[in-house]
This record gives sequence, C-alpha cells and structure tokens, in this order.
Amino acid sequence: MLGLKYLKNVSTLKLEENRCNGCGMCAVVCPHNVFAIEDKKAVIKDIDLCMECGACELNCPTEAIAVKSGVGCAAAVISSAVKGAGGSCDCGYDSDDSKASGCC
Amino acid sequence: MLYVKNLLKVKILDTKDEKKETEKSCSDSSLCCGPQSREELAPPCCAPLPVDNEIEITPVSPVLNFNDHLGVVKARLNIGRMNYKLAPGLYAVGTPGSDSPVLVSANYKMSFDYLRRELKNINAWLLVLDTKGINVWCDAGKGTFGTDEIIRQIKNTNLDKIVNHRKLIVPQLGAPGVAAHLVKKAAGFKVIYGPVRAADLPAFLQSGMKAAEEMRKVRFNIYDRLILLPVELLIALKYVIFTSAVFFLLAGLNKTGYSFGFTLTSGSKSVIFLLTAFFSGTVIAPLLLPFIPGRAFALKGFFAGLAAFFLIFQYFSGFSSSGIINIISWVLIISSVSSFFTMNFTGASTYTSLSGVKKEMRIAVPLQIIGFAVGSILWMIARFLY
Ligand code: SF4
Ligand code: SF4
Repeated sequence: MLGLKYLKNVSTLKLEENRCNGCGMCAVVCPHNVFAIEDKKAVIKDIDLCMECGACELNCPTEAIAVKSGVGCAAAVISSAVKGAGGSCDCGYDSDDSKASGCC
Repeated sequence: MLYVKNLLKVKILDTKDEKKETEKSCSDSSLCCGPQSREELAPPCCAPLPVDNEIEITPVSPVLNFNDHLGVVKARLNIGRMNYKLAPGLYAVGTPGSDSPVLVSANYKMSFDYLRRELKNINAWLLVLDTKGINVWCDAGKGTFGTDEIIRQIKNTNLDKIVNHRKLIVPQLGAPGVAAHLVKKAAGFKVIYGPVRAADLPAFLQSGMKAAEEMRKVRFNIYDRLILLPVELLIALKYVIFTSAVFFLLAGLNKTGYSFGFTLTSGSKSVIFLLTAFFSGTVIAPLLLPFIPGRAFALKGFFAGLAAFFLIFQYFSGFSSSGIINIISWVLIISSVSSFFTMNFTGASTYTSLSGVKKEMRIAVPLQIIGFAVGSILWMIARFLY
C-alpha cells in the first residue's frame, strides 16, 4: 500500500513456529498479507503491516498464533477511557441496544 | 416492502425431524420482533423458519432500486445508520438449486446491497446473519458476525436440507470473528473465505472459489477514504460549531470592555481559523494521507494543520499586522485541533492497529490538550493587549 504503513514494532502478533502445521489458513484470512507459507511453515513477512484484527489467531487450528486483537480506533480508545470499558468505534454505534435479541 | 415480490416455496430435500420450533412462527408478529420492525426490515421477519415441509425463502433482486440508493446515501451521511438492517435468514438470488453456492452476509443493509448487486446472472443463496445491522468489517471485530451466529443460522434455516454441498462462502473481512475450523466441527460446513471486495465475487466463483492474492488484500485508496469523509465530518461538526460559537462571542472582549465590532471582525476570523483547523484535520489530512510525512495520524494532522495555518493566516489576518502572541496562539490552536481530528480518522482507516493507536495517543493527546489550552489562553491574552 503506497506509503501507508503504520507505526513500527507495535503489533503484538506472535507466531510459535513449532506448533504450526502449515495449513495456510493465516495467510488466507490476513487482510494485509502479513504471512507467507515457506517450507510448509508460516512465516511473518512484515509485522508492521499487521492491524491486530485477530483473524489469524482465531482461524489457526493449532493455536500457533497469538495477537492482542482490537480495533485501531482513537475514538474507541477515548470512549473506553471515559466510560471505563467497552469503548466502541465510530462505526459501531453502541451495539448494546438489545433489540433483536431472542427475536423469533 | 423492499425485496419480497412473492415468496418462493422450496422443497426440503430431506424431510426428517421437522417439529420443534416450527409452530411458534410469526403468527403473533406483534410480539415477535416488535422493537425491530422498522421500515428497513423486510416484512416477513420470521420467514427463515420452516413451515411444515417447506421453507419460505425471500427472493431478492440483484438490481438496486431508488430506495436502496437513497438508503446508502443516508447511511453515508450518518442518518439513521443504526436502524439500517434487514431480517436475518436465508435469501435467494436468481433461482438457486441444491448445488448453488451459499454466501454469508451481515444484516447491515448496505453490505447486503453491495453483495447482491454483484450477483447479476448468478444463482446463489444468501445466508444473512443477525449482526444487529452493523457491517461485516465492524462486526467481526466485535464478535456478532461470528462463529456462533453462523452456526445458529445454519440450524435455523435448515441449510443442510436445502443444499447438498457443505460449503459456506464467508467474506474474508468477517474472519476476525469466525473460526473456520469450529464452524466445521459444530455444523459440518466448511468455511471458504471469499474475496475482500464483493465486486470480485463472480470471478471468485468462476475460478472454483480461488481468490487471487490481490482479492485478499484490503486497500485504502483515495476513493475509499473519500466515501468515509462525510460520516467523520458530521461526527466532528458539532464540536466545531460549539467551539466556534464560544470563540466568536469571546472575541468581543477587550481592555475597554465588550465590543460588538470586535465580535464581528475578530470573531469571524476566529471562526474561519477554527473551520480551517477542522477542515484540515477531517478532510485534507485523510485525503492526502500517503503524502504527508510521518506514520502517526496525529503527526500527519499536525503537519496538515501547520500548512493550512500558513496558507490561510496571511490571507485573513496578515503576519505583519498581527501581534506575535496572536500568531502563536493560532499556530497552537489550528495544529492541535487538526492533529486531534486526523487522529480520529484511525477508526475509519483499514490499517491501524490498537497497539499503534494507543501508542500514538499516549504522546499526542497530552500535546493536543496543552497546545489547545495554551493557544486559547494566549488568544485571550491577545484580546487585552491591543
Ligand atoms: S493457520 Fe496456524 S497452523 Fe495454519 S499455517 Fe498459519 S500458523 Fe500454521
Ligand atoms: S492480526 Fe490480522 S492483520 Fe495481523 S497478522 Fe493476523 S490476520 Fe493479519
């Protein structure tokens, strides 16, 4: 992505190579192409591209990946600092409006 | 109102134990889904439930009508975005059969509309999850577009009786909420991650569900940023109007008391400068994102604010005729306000991480507060000096 890279060395992404079975799921789900599969093992190509979405961790069948996932959104950080916890992003209007639950 | 032209009846392939929940369907629709039935909801809220041995499926058209387009505009402008949803369940595009692909979508109507628009000439099932009307990308991060909801909808719609294959195409951006191997284990369906952009879906389906590497990457080009601006702008606007009003009224203060003449002259200038800061932070910096130095959004916003200050100040006030304190005050105010608003654009961007945002905020927020506070105090002092 042309010149668009975020801060260096901040991502919490960790890969435990000896748990990896090379299934390639992490490379499939990652929206920023962080992983490559080399010699049947996942490798992190460029950790600074990681946006900590958590897709790789959740979809790794062998739990070889760990990342502290969250939404990189200043408004969410502010509202969680103000309200205590559970801040939501601008895109998420507080979704606790409990409508629709148990419908039908 | 929107989709339901007529209801298709689809035979269940394999009729076995259909009993359980089928009776308490939608007859008392006042209770069921009461608070949810906004006009955007497709009426047969409970359509996905099986009735006897037949399942009612709502056919949808791949062509967006005027109302759909209007809805998109409204959502982009932040009008009633919260209620912009449709009923979860199974929908049919074209005339799908038992071997047609199943595409999973959020019940945020805009995501759904983009999806079906790309499906001209394609027969497919759409499995719409109950994501409280939020889009896939926002949702997956929060978990409503997730493993459990997919499993629930597979069961609710009796999907295994409708199709003879065991594959689900889930948008790749839903992956942060969906554990493919767990869906497989619990419901027997294999999750295949489709392309990031709905527009690539036909190509993806044609190539036997293989996504080229380009289809897997999130972009954030100038157009992507442009369509995000209105919402960001409107969210920020109310703060700006309030601050502008305060500055406008205070601008009348001076050492002889209060002068309405100053309110008009100096006050209007103040409003112009504040709007400049606002515009620089919410429009200029986000649009020029790749071309502004620095990686932190707050820093980019700071630079944009500084540049905007130099462009606008000479024109409206003039450096030579303004006192140094007045000049410094506006440098501080414009750059800190611009920095703050650009920092907030991190939420709309597609590549910022939480750790990164926290790191930049630890440094930027105190500086923005100090910059704005000191700037405002200097501005006030300048009132009484000249
Ligand atoms: S998903 Fe996990 S097991 Fe599969 S390649 Fe990636 S790290 Fe290895
Ligand atoms: S957290 Fe998201 S962006 Fe980071 S490596 Fe995993 S899938 Fe890619």
